[in-house]
Amino acid sequence: MQRKTLTRFCLGSLVGLLMMQAGLYAQGRGGRGGGAAAPANAKAGAVIDLTGTWVSVITEDWRYRMVTPSLGDFQGVPMSAEARKVANGWDPDKEEASGDVCKSYGAPALLRVPGRLRISWQDDQTLKMESDAGKQSRVFHFGDWKPAAGTPPTLQGDSTAEWVRGGGRGATDGSLKVTTSNLRAGFLRKNGVPFSEKTTLTEYFDMIKEPNGDPLIVVTIVTTDPVYLTQPFVVTSQYKKEASDAKWNPTACSAKW
Amino acid sequence: MTFHKLSLSFATLLCVGLPAMAEIDLSGSWASINHEDSLERGGGPYPADWAGIPFNEAGRAKALSFTQSVISMPERICWFQTQWHIAAGPFSLRMWAVPDPLTGKVQAWMVGAWETRAPMTIYMDGRPHPGKNAPHDQTGFTTGVWNGNELIATTTHLKTGYIRRNGAASSDQATITTHFLRHGDMLTVALLMDDPVYLTEPYILTRSYNLSTNPVSIGGPPCIVGDEGVESGRVPHYLPGKNPYTGEMTKYYGIPEEAEMGGAQTMYPEYRDKIKDKFKLPAKCTLNCGGGGGGN
Repeated sequence: MQRKTLTRFCLGSLVGLLMMQAGLYAQGRGGRGGGAAAPANAKAGAVIDLTGTWVSVITEDWRYRMVTPSLGDFQGVPMSAEARKVANGWDPDKEEASGDVCKSYGAPALLRVPGRLRISWQDDQTLKMESDAGKQSRVFHFGDWKPAAGTPPTLQGDSTAEWVRGGGRGATDGSLKVTTSNLRAGFLRKNGVPFSEKTTLTEYFDMIKEPNGDPLIVVTIVTTDPVYLTQPFVVTSQYKKEASDAKWNPTACSAKW
Repeated sequence: MTFHKLSLSFATLLCVGLPAMAEIDLSGSWASINHEDSLERGGGPYPADWAGIPFNEAGRAKALSFTQSVISMPERICWFQTQWHIAAGPFSLRMWAVPDPLTGKVQAWMVGAWETRAPMTIYMDGRPHPGKNAPHDQTGFTTGVWNGNELIATTTHLKTGYIRRNGAASSDQATITTHFLRHGDMLTVALLMDDPVYLTEPYILTRSYNLSTNPVSIGGPPCIVGDEGVESGRVPHYLPGKNPYTGEMTKYYGIPEEAEMGGAQTMYPEYRDKIKDKFKLPAKCTLNCGGGGGGN
């Protein structure tokens, strides 16, 4: 190679590498890449693909999730004195008789309920999450969505979402952050551990891989409640991807099981 | 240095620097949030509660034969101190990077020890794992790669250890994959145990931490083999069918005994249908009910 050609080659390589560095740096800071066009919408800009059917993997807090914990079993929850008072008054028969049997299926508890999730794009800016257990539905709004003023609180609340870019080039790169408020009061656990209407929820959805390459969702759930919690309650739930909807089994809420 | 060599060196340095841009800083003290599996990580699990563990028959039999006296044996005294202790114990973490003194590039990430667990060294320099006949120890051998902001560490060459502190065992053929996922001041660590000897599928535990300005101690006393009075040649154990603790989850929480025995089926929602009619909700919690104060 001639000296002049070599000089051009080296300079070209350097410029190219510097541009790659700049692009990656911008991604690593949550940017959209140096010069690269911003995605047209949340769906196009998804950093991980959460769509599909997912089954919960219950390896943690088993006795509070797979069966109904008994009255007064509050292990691990940073409850306030007021919360203990409320929870000690839990009566499953009364709960069932009240007809309001979905209290333990609200957003702060839903991903702790054994079952399946079906995640799909409702539109280009809205991700929908359905659960077969309790037949619940949550919607995650991207962009600058805001709930209409005066919207009454609901069990699943109002959720806004954003992609958090990881800065790498892998298919499992980055995470989804979901923030939820305007919640109707409910239970963190089936046995009456309460959360109030002042509760806010922050969730981080990550995707990792099993040793065989199968995807797993890991959701870190941070529940903050100035009324019934003395500190944010933090748990994580895992979901394994399923090939089809074959095991999707919608079941009604239950106050006792 | 010739012009050619200089250019190549510069280009090489840039190439080497590329992955670094995809990393994040994990260094600092991370305070453990023990809201999840609070009893298992704190006081310890019930002696015969293996619900949610994907045992095979060998794993279940091994667990049923276990008595805590086993860890008084000199050969087993450090049995709890593999890297899985990060997930199964209550401890906080301290992480720091070890740079290459010449390039400054991160050569390894360290996950500090607490009490009896040895620090975890995650080699980031691309070195291979040792051969299959290389010695195994409690720490094992760990390498790491970045996937964007996620650090993925793979640990092999472990000695036999445990996956729950009541005798659920891992073999020396096990591989632990640890995912470090940082969200601002919060760290989620997901550990997957893949063990062809005792498990039918990978077992996953996830733990959460808050970034803390209180330094986490990394200089706890190491696990030291000592004589605790178990006579030479004796292996404390329960014979098949003689474990006195089975049925405790039924007694205290109404959970059917078959669920205590674990197995992959106990990890999935359908299992609830199998035990629904056998479950009896106690009138009130009487033991290990939690003070409601949570643990941090």
